[in-house]
Order: sequence, then structure tokens, then C-alpha cells
Amino acid sequence: MSVEHHVKLPEGSIEKTTTTLNLGPTHPATHGVFQNILELDGERIVSAEQTVGYIHRAFEKLAERRPLYQITTLTDRLNYCSSPINNMGWHLTCEKLLGVKTPKRVDYLRIIIMELARISDHLICNSVVGVDSGAFTGFLYVMQYRELIYEIYEEICGSRLTTNMGRIGGFERNFTNAAFEKIEKFLAEYPGVLKEFENLFTRNRIFMERTIGAGPISGERALNYGFTGPNLRAAGVDYDVRVHTPYSSYEDFQFEIPVGSTGDCYDRFLVRNGEMWQSLNIINQAYRKIQDMKGAEADVYHADAPAYYLPEKKDVYTKMEALIWHFKIVMGETEIPPGEVYQSVEGGNGEVGYYLISDGGRTPYRLHFRRPCFIYYQAYSELTKGAMLSDAVIVMSSLNLIAGEMDA
Amino acid sequence: MALTNETIKERLIAKFGDQLSHFEEPYGLLTFEAPKEANLKVMQFLFDDEELRFQFLTDLTAVHYPDQAGRELAVVYHLHNLTDNIRLRLKVFTAIDQPDIFTATQLYSSANWMERETYDFFGINFVGHPNLKRILNVDEMEYFPLRKEFPLEDQTRIDKDDAMFGR
Repeated sequence: MSVEHHVKLPEGSIEKTTTTLNLGPTHPATHGVFQNILELDGERIVSAEQTVGYIHRAFEKLAERRPLYQITTLTDRLNYCSSPINNMGWHLTCEKLLGVKTPKRVDYLRIIIMELARISDHLICNSVVGVDSGAFTGFLYVMQYRELIYEIYEEICGSRLTTNMGRIGGFERNFTNAAFEKIEKFLAEYPGVLKEFENLFTRNRIFMERTIGAGPISGERALNYGFTGPNLRAAGVDYDVRVHTPYSSYEDFQFEIPVGSTGDCYDRFLVRNGEMWQSLNIINQAYRKIQDMKGAEADVYHADAPAYYLPEKKDVYTKMEALIWHFKIVMGETEIPPGEVYQSVEGGNGEVGYYLISDGGRTPYRLHFRRPCFIYYQAYSELTKGAMLSDAVIVMSSLNLIAGEMDA
Repeated sequence: MALTNETIKERLIAKFGDQLSHFEEPYGLLTFEAPKEANLKVMQFLFDDEELRFQFLTDLTAVHYPDQAGRELAVVYHLHNLTDNIRLRLKVFTAIDQPDIFTATQLYSSANWMERETYDFFGINFVGHPNLKRILNVDEMEYFPLRKEFPLEDQTRIDKDDAMFGR
């Protein structure tokens, strides 16, 4: 399947052979470090070959020598546009293996964070599709609200991009009032912004002409290529991990799954926009559920799992038992039970899976990440065959290819 | 009539008999083992059977168990039946000195890169793969880094005591 370069063109063509063009590894249109070698007949793509691996960091090997809580920082760096989803997915995997049961409030707080992360992921993707089709305004406009989401992260965990948010069993600290105020601000202001963002694009003639019919895929091919997430749903298959295998109490929420039909760039754009509305809806429901909680339930922010969840600092200084747990956790001395777990969550790009094998030591025996980007990027050559060079760029951005997730 | 782990197991045993072994259900996920000659036949059956319809390959990876003589490498497939929403895990073991396993690329296009990745890190030779070459590591690499004989840290270091820290 590797591409032949300088293929002879038929008699009567202006050029004698095809032109080889390197799109990437560092190119403004790739939005990440990966390469496409395109064979062009004029502006038409004859074939494409993808190269990945430029930022491979051996996370799976590193994880074999780290205690569970230190692996959270590795998951940040997979899809760095929505790190909290990866963090939560990893905590859920650990909790499944360890048999930790989280309280409802923790589940709902996690859902708020995961849906905020989904919005920030989708709005970057969709506004970048706009940039690549020549509309810069939308990108700058929604960037303010990504900033607000990052401020919310900052209130919760102290960092913005690589969040390392939460712990096994819950969150490192309760959400502050400032965090809730910012979430309220976001819920109040973002719908108007999203509406205006949609007005800029959805019925925009230039945008429609550029994206409709670009890089289409049928539902059947998409499934065969292992597509998940918005890209699969744009092809008309309503598979969503949140509904099919609910985790973190997603079963308590009412929401719809937007689907497309043709699987082209325009449908992917519409599905992502639709999902942002649904995410807002879910955050609203979760926020209301949390506000309605009363008594002891209203303050809880972590599960009762002393062997894995760090005790409060004041207890460490005053209580013997807390000091022992603190020491054991920090030194990575807690043995994890043997077992084999597969846990998946609906990430920004699809099913993010964690396959964890433990043989009873202090660290995983083997950890494998299912990275949706890596799996669906192989369809790129099929999606762009016969398309124009400008389509290649827009297909790439509408697939939301994140180099960190491809290379692990 | 939702498909259950029991019915899947019954149908598989009716078709393949005692070729399949080690049926387990860790955390509710049906897991079993197939001999390496039959991995493709089992997957084809799972794919084509009207009732089973495991037509989505979720994940493909490998695990190295250096202590199991003759079956050091395990290739692990996670399959998903999206219609009935049920998953299963299929394992195929192979000896490390002849790690040949049939490719699943004819069934699933998604297996292409996943098998390349597995080859890249574990050296599993997927027989019949259209383009089996390294994908994440450099082409010139001569070893398979996720195998257990490659320790993560420099083993000549004496300032760190492994008995106390990590594995």
C-alpha cells in the first residue's frame, strides 16, 4: 500500500508525472506533528500516505513502572484538547479494578468536567475547520470561551492544558464557589455565543460549498475502519459510549445523540455543533442535581478509599493511620489486586479505551490505550483519494486529528 | 432477546468444540483463548454469524509473558457487537521464536495500523498483512521495545533500590 512516487500520467496530460507533496510534519495545516505524502495530478490527489510517530513518547512502557496515580499525568498528554476526559477515564479504569464505588456527587462533578472538556475539544475542532476554509472570525470568537473553560479547570485543579485532574475515588479538593460561579457564567453566556458561531457557518454559502461532499464516508466503511465518536455519528451510526456502556452515572441524564448521514466534513461539523448543545444540556442537568443535594451528600467529593485516596493534610499531621496511608500512597507501596480490565469513555474523538492488566504488583503489568485518532487516521488516504488538495486540508481538520493521541 | 455471554459461549463451543479454552468473565467481559491456527476462523465466524455479529474491532494489542515457555506472546482482540451492544475479548498465544499470527485486515480495515503497532512493539508477524512495517518507532530499530526483556531504566544504576520503589 505504500505510495509510488512520480507515477506516469497518461498521454496528453500537461505534466508527465505526478508531483509529490509533503504535507507536514510541520505545516500550518496539519495542526500537529504528522506527515502526509500526497501524490498530485495537478491539484487532484492520486494517492496519500500518512506517517505518524513523530511525538511517540512510549507511554505504555512508562506506565509499567509507575504506580496508578502517576499514570494520570500520562493520560493528559493523549488528547491534549480534552485532557480531563482522559483523566476521568483513567480514574474510572482504576476504580473498576480496585472496586471503588464513587458517590453520586463525584459522578456528577465528573460529568460537568467531562462535558466542558468535550465542548472545548469540539469548539477548537469546528472553529479550525472554519480557519482552514478561510473564516478566521469564528475561531477568535469562541476562543474566549475556551479560555473560560480553562479558567474553570484552573479553579478545580490548578492547571489548564495538561490538567492531571482528580484522583482515584474523586477529586483532590471540593469545587470552590468561584468554580461554580464560573460554570454558571459559562452556562449563561455560551449558548448565545454558540448560536452566533452557528450563524456564521451553518448556512454560510462559502463554507457549505467547501465542506459538503468533502471527505465523505459511508457508515459501513466507517465501522470497518474503527471510527468512533462524532466522525462515526456523522456517517449515520448512533454509537456513543455514554449511552451504550454508561459510566460515571450517565444513565441518570436525558440527552440526544446527533447523527449525520453522509459522513462528509459538513456533517462532521454539524454533529459536533449538535453535541455541544447536548453537552450544555447535560451540564445544566448535572449542575441542577448537585445544587439539589442536601446534608452530608452535598459536600462529599471523594469516595472512601483510604488505600488509594490521599488523606487530608491535617489528618496526616495528627492521626497515625492517615500518616501511614499517606506514606504508602506517596511511595507507591500499595499493591494493586491482580485483574484484567477494559474501560472506555466517550472522548472528544471517540471511544478512548484503557486496557489494564495487573499481576498484583505495585504497577500495571501492561497498559494499552485505545486511541481513536490513531485508528481512524488510517482512513485518510481513502477519504482524500481523488479529492482536491484544498479538501485534503479541510478533511484533516474536520477529523480532528490530534498528534498526541495518535502517537501515545 | 439480548445476546448474553452464555449464548455466545454455547454457540462458539458448538462450532469449535474444545479448540477454544480458558473461558472467563473478568468484570463481566467474556474472555477466551483460541489456538493461533484458528484465530481468523474464529473471528470470521464471530463476524458472519447471524446471531453473533461481532463486526467492530475495538482494540488489538499484545502482551508479553516471558515466563510462559512456548506461549510467551498473547495477541488480544477486543470485539464489539454494536447491535446487541456486547463485547468480548479473544486471546491468541504464540511462541516468541515463531510469532506468526494470521492478519485480521481482510475482516477489519482498522486492524491494519493496529497490527503494525503490535508488530512494532512486540514483533508479532501478522501473516498476510499488506504493509507490515514499523509505525511509531524508527524503521532502523532492531528490537521490539515493549517486550519485557527491555527494562525501562538503566540497569547499571546502583543509586536506586528497586525493592523500595515500584517494580
